[in-house]
Order: sequence, then C-alpha cells, then structure tokens
Amino acid sequence: MSARPGALAHHFDSLEQQHEAATLGMWVFLASEILFFGGVLTAYAVYRSLHGDAFAAGSKELFTTVGAINTAVLLSSSLTMALAVYFAHTGRRDWLTLCVGLTMLFGVAFLAVKGTEYYREYRESLIPRYAFDLDKWKDEGAAFGHRVEMFFLFYFVLTGLHAVHMFVGMGLLTYLFVRSRRGDFLPEYYTPVEVIGLYWHFVDIVWIFLFPLLYLIRH
Amino acid sequence: MTTAIAEPRPSPPHHRPDDRVPDYINVSYGVKSWLLTTDHKRIALLYLISITLMFFIGGAFAVVIRLELATPKGDLVSADTYNKLFTMHGIVMLFFFLIPSIPAVLGNFLVPLMVGAKDLAFPRLNLASWYVYMTGALFTLWAMLAGGVDTGWTFYTPLSTSPTTHTHVIPTAVGILILGFSSILTGLNFVVTIHRMRAPGLTWMRLPLFIWSIYGTSLIMLLGTPVITITLVLVAVERLWGIGFFDPRVGGDPVLFQHLFWFYSHPAVYIMILPAMGVVSELVTTFARKTIFGYKFVAYSSMAIAVFGFLVWGHHMFVADESAYAALVFSALSFLVAIPSAIKVFNWTATLYKGSIVFHTPMLYAFGFVGLFTIGGLTGLMLATLAIDVHVTDTYFVVAHFHYIMVGGAIMGYLGGLHFWWPKMTGRMYPEFWAKIAAAIIFFGFNLTFFPQFLLGYLGMNRRYWEYAEEYQVLNVMSSAGATILGVGYLIPFVYLTWSLWRAKEAGPNPWGATGLEWLTPSPPPQDNFPETPVVTMPPYVYSRKEAEVVG
Repeated sequence: MSARPGALAHHFDSLEQQHEAATLGMWVFLASEILFFGGVLTAYAVYRSLHGDAFAAGSKELFTTVGAINTAVLLSSSLTMALAVYFAHTGRRDWLTLCVGLTMLFGVAFLAVKGTEYYREYRESLIPRYAFDLDKWKDEGAAFGHRVEMFFLFYFVLTGLHAVHMFVGMGLLTYLFVRSRRGDFLPEYYTPVEVIGLYWHFVDIVWIFLFPLLYLIRH
Repeated sequence: MTTAIAEPRPSPPHHRPDDRVPDYINVSYGVKSWLLTTDHKRIALLYLISITLMFFIGGAFAVVIRLELATPKGDLVSADTYNKLFTMHGIVMLFFFLIPSIPAVLGNFLVPLMVGAKDLAFPRLNLASWYVYMTGALFTLWAMLAGGVDTGWTFYTPLSTSPTTHTHVIPTAVGILILGFSSILTGLNFVVTIHRMRAPGLTWMRLPLFIWSIYGTSLIMLLGTPVITITLVLVAVERLWGIGFFDPRVGGDPVLFQHLFWFYSHPAVYIMILPAMGVVSELVTTFARKTIFGYKFVAYSSMAIAVFGFLVWGHHMFVADESAYAALVFSALSFLVAIPSAIKVFNWTATLYKGSIVFHTPMLYAFGFVGLFTIGGLTGLMLATLAIDVHVTDTYFVVAHFHYIMVGGAIMGYLGGLHFWWPKMTGRMYPEFWAKIAAAIIFFGFNLTFFPQFLLGYLGMNRRYWEYAEEYQVLNVMSSAGATILGVGYLIPFVYLTWSLWRAKEAGPNPWGATGLEWLTPSPPPQDNFPETPVVTMPPYVYSRKEAEVVG
C-alpha cells in the first residue's frame, strides 16, 4: 500500500477495511434515505389513487419539456460522476478533476433550470395557498381545484427535498474538487470519490422517480 | 490463567501501575478533551450524562402528573397545563431518554469492545451524532421553557396543525426531527462496525447476543427514523404553509398521518425493548454461569422482532377508521411478534435451569425485566385482540401496558446493564448493598404505580384527563404513592453511582468472571480498547471452563 500518510485512520487495520466500511456506510445511509423519500411517496401514492383526475390535471400545468431537459442534464452528471470514479481508480488525476468539475456544472445547470421553472410556476399562479388560481378549474368544482392544489404541494415538497439533496451534493463535490486538485486521490485510495459518487447517483435516481410521477402522469 | 472465549496476545499486565497504559479517562484532561473526543467510550459517557439529565426532567413532569391525579378534582394544575405535562413527559422520556438510552450509552461503549475493535467505524460521525442529539434536546427544551406543547407526544393532525393550537409545535417537532438524525447516524455506525470491524475469528454465530440485539435495533433506527423525519416535515409544512397533506380541505386525510407516524413509532418501541433484551441475555448467562439456551433462536428472534415490528403499526388505528380487513391483518401480525419475544423469555428461563445462579444486582434487574416484560407483553396481546382493544382504547389499561414494556422492560434492562458494565466503564464497583435495596424499591414502586392502572383502565378510566370520577380515587392514590416510591428508587442509584466514582473499590478487569471480549481488557479500558487485537477461537458464553472460578 502506498497511499499518502494519514489516509488510513488509526482504528482501521487496512485501507481495504476502511474502504469497505466507508462504502457500506454510504449504502446503509442511502437505504435510510429511501425510507425518507418513501414516506412522502407513500402519501403521494395514496392521494394519487384517491384523486387521480386532479393530479393528472395538475401535471398538465407542469413544463414537461423543461423537466425532460433537466432529466438529461442530471443523467449526464451521473455519467461524468461515474467517469470520475473510473479516472480515480486508474489514477488519472487531471481527468478526475475535470469530471468532478463537469458534474458540478451539470448540478448547477439543473438547479438553475429548476429555479426558472419555479419562477414560471409562480407567474402562472401555481403556488398553493399563496398564489393559486383556483378559477382555472372552476368548471370541475371547488373541491377539484383544491385537489390540484394538493398536487402542487407534493410537487414543491418533493422537488424541494430533491433540491436540498442537490445542494448537499454540490457541497460534497466542491470538497472532492479541492482534494482531487491537490492530488489526494491515488489508485490505492480514492474512497471519498466512490462514496460521494454513490450519493450523487442516488440523488439522480430520486429524480428519475420524480420526473414520471410529477410530469408524466397526465395520461 | 483461564481460557475465555479469546486469548489476548500477550495477556495484559493487570495491576501493575508502573507500566500500565493510561486508561481512556486518564489519557488526557480538560473539558476540551471531552467535548472534542472521538473515543466511543467517552462519547458514551457524554450520552450518559445527557440522557440522565433528560430522565430527571421527564420524571419531574411525571411527578406533577401523579400529584394532580391523587385527587379526582383538577385542583393542582389547569387542564391546559396538564395536557402540556403529559405531552412533554412523553416526548422527553421517549425521544430523549428511552430511544438513546441503551444504544447510545451502553451500545456506544460496548459495541467496539465486544467485537474487538479499536473504535466504531466512524468516530467523528459518532461525536457529531452526540452534538446533533444535544441540538435537538436544546430545541425541545427551549420550546418547553417558552411555554411547552400540548398535542400529546403523537402530534396527531389536525390538532397539531390547527392554527388554534397555540403551543410550540414547530420547535418541538424540529427538535425531534434533528434528534432523528442522531439516531440514524448512531444506527449506521453500529451496523457498519458490526459488519466490518469484527476481530479475527469473531464470526456472526460467535457474536454476543447484545450485539445481535443492537444490530436489530440499528436496522429499525435506520429504516424507521427517516419516516418520522419526513412525517414531521410534512406536519411542519402544513402548519407553516397553512395548507397541507393531512388537510381535508384539499382532499387530505388525517388518518394518513397516523399511519406514517406509527410506521416509525411502533417500531420505536422495539428500539427501546430490543437492546434491553440483549442486556438480559448477557446478564442471565453471566449470573447463571451457563451458556445461553438456544443461541441461534435468541439471535434470530432479535432479527424477527426487528422485521415483524415494521408490520404491526396498524394496531394503533383499530378505532380510527381502519377497514375491518386491515384491522384483522394487523391484529394477526401483532400476535406474531409475540413469538420471537416468547422465544427469548423461554430461552432465558431454560438458561437458568440448573444454573449456578448468583443474585447480584444486575441479575435482580434481569429477573425484574423478565417478569415485567412478560406482563407487558401479554397485555399487549390483549390489546392486539380487536374486541378487547375497542373496549380499552385510550384508557389507563393502555398506559399501564406500555409502561410495563418501557419502564418495567426497557429501564430495568438499562439499569441492569448500567450496573453490570459500570465496573468496566469506570473501573469501580458500585455498592452492592445499596444497589440491591434500590433494585427492590424500584421493583416494588413500579408495580404499585402501574398495576392499579390496569384495573383503572379496565374499569373505564380514560387517559389524558386531569380529573376523574371519584370511584377511581383509591387506585389512583395507590398509583401516586407507588410513583413516589419509584422516584426515590431512581434517586438512590444516581447517588451511589456518583459516589462510587471516587470512593468505591476498584473492579479489576473481570469482576463477574464473565466471558466476552470486553472483560479481557483492563477496567477502565485503554484508549484503543485492547493492547493487542484479540483473536476469537470459541463461541460466546462458554462458562463450563470457568466453573472453578468464584464470582465477585
């Protein structure tokens, strides 16, 4: 083993043990995260089955093209993240730094697009309670409009929680970027790259669920 | 030299002060060395101090509750204050004492020692989770000082989200939400440590049963806690936004909140009781001088409880608009949990059979646990029976049932474990005479407090009211008297354990003649736990080889 001194914490016997512990730790954390999103997705499933028509009507108001573009952006960021892990493993430091940087750029792009989307939804009076135009659905009855409101509550809470995870991910990527530029990662030791990569892919996968649940259920 | 389950190489030089490695307490000094420590043993002590404080705060609320209920009239506090008292008693005792009690104190101290590791897998994360705990606790305490919260510890909607509820729901919920992260991180640390940090030769089937139960507990913490986190987020959204997911005006259903809430909060009961069961397995084998009867059954029953525990939450909604079919299924699943629990009780009993039983204090608590848990468990079966549950829902019968589990079970286990490992944690013995007296007082006081509540509930006295019909007074006075005795019982260990830190006799590495890696290292252990990584060559609880050795 020829990793830098200090890479191995004192309570581990070997870098391999340390690597396995860190990776398992992240997997276990992600299992916990699944239940976190699972709670609100369960609520979503319940109400979607109760108020399917209203949810479909709400979904029609979303900007599907923008959502699709954002999906592509996030999938690209997962690709660059996977490449980052590959380049860390093969010891190509510059490529690693580049890929981490690209992942960050895609992340920023996603959040920026999401921000403009929120703004457009505000302009179109789709913010529950504060700026919500119930009159759009007055033909279907007052209750129907309120259920569309419920859909938008889900939309904002789900995408909001996802965005919080993106922000955390951006912080982690910044940390990776600094460390990889400094040359901390070698083929013998790149555990943080892999562990943060796992997290990033998870956040990506959450979006893969949210996109159809929110944007594509109109039919 | 006896052969325990493992032989350290070379055997540690006991009782030679000259060249002894400094123990974890003396290795460095000063407040900073404690507040910035990453040593799991020191963090365990930080937790011990914090949860003891929370225990006495929660206890103080209970004192006022029992004082109020000594007379049928609501004459001591107002109805609103009473609502706040039982709410805050529940919140403090459940979230800030019982849930972290055995895992965060004994688990933190013992998991690395029992698996032969130098520390938990993520020591800094471990320290962080204590700070997260303290942040959550301060939030909640602040909410209490600012005027408290009166929704019941369950935060049922629409009461908790209604604008007419003027108490501090949000800060309290935020405190519990923050606390949840502490639980998750602790559970994560335990799972990874148990998977990846075991000493050479320590296979899964050689693990102490305490580790199995902590493993099951950690799984519940990891998979249950995030659900209460998101549920409290949704409640906060509804309260702050003024419109929400449990709001019938937009097509929401308040019962959905109850489902999400109990999806965590029922398994949370197993977060409290499973570690206590693990402690009892250690105590019974040590003080009966016998190997556990049916190791695999006891180990797997911990996992079974963790799994089944997730499938029974619906029994809290038998009277809340749950369909008859769902209620039937939840009732049947609730009965199923009794099987692994009973396996444990029967196997402990079988372990005692023909054992050389020594009645030291920890064993008294173990006996207390088995008896009281059995009563709590069997009344749990009564409550899982639909017809009986409808009759006694929201009565003192339910209150008595869960106090038998949580106080009679979990706290008995915690105190037993605390006495058992106190010599390891501090290097000092506790005073046996006083400890036995306290154990007896606690057992008597507990039963006098809570047994009358079974009768009260069956006779129809509702919970959560600050006054009651006069015919219930005799039993209520008994309960209040018992609570006083119980309170005194809890103060005694607090006094003598504190005293023992300075005055009691030194314990030596293995005062009980117990097996288990933690007893191979000096008391208190050095910072890195073991002078040499131990190698395990045997299953746990091999007492046959130690028969010649005299206990204590």
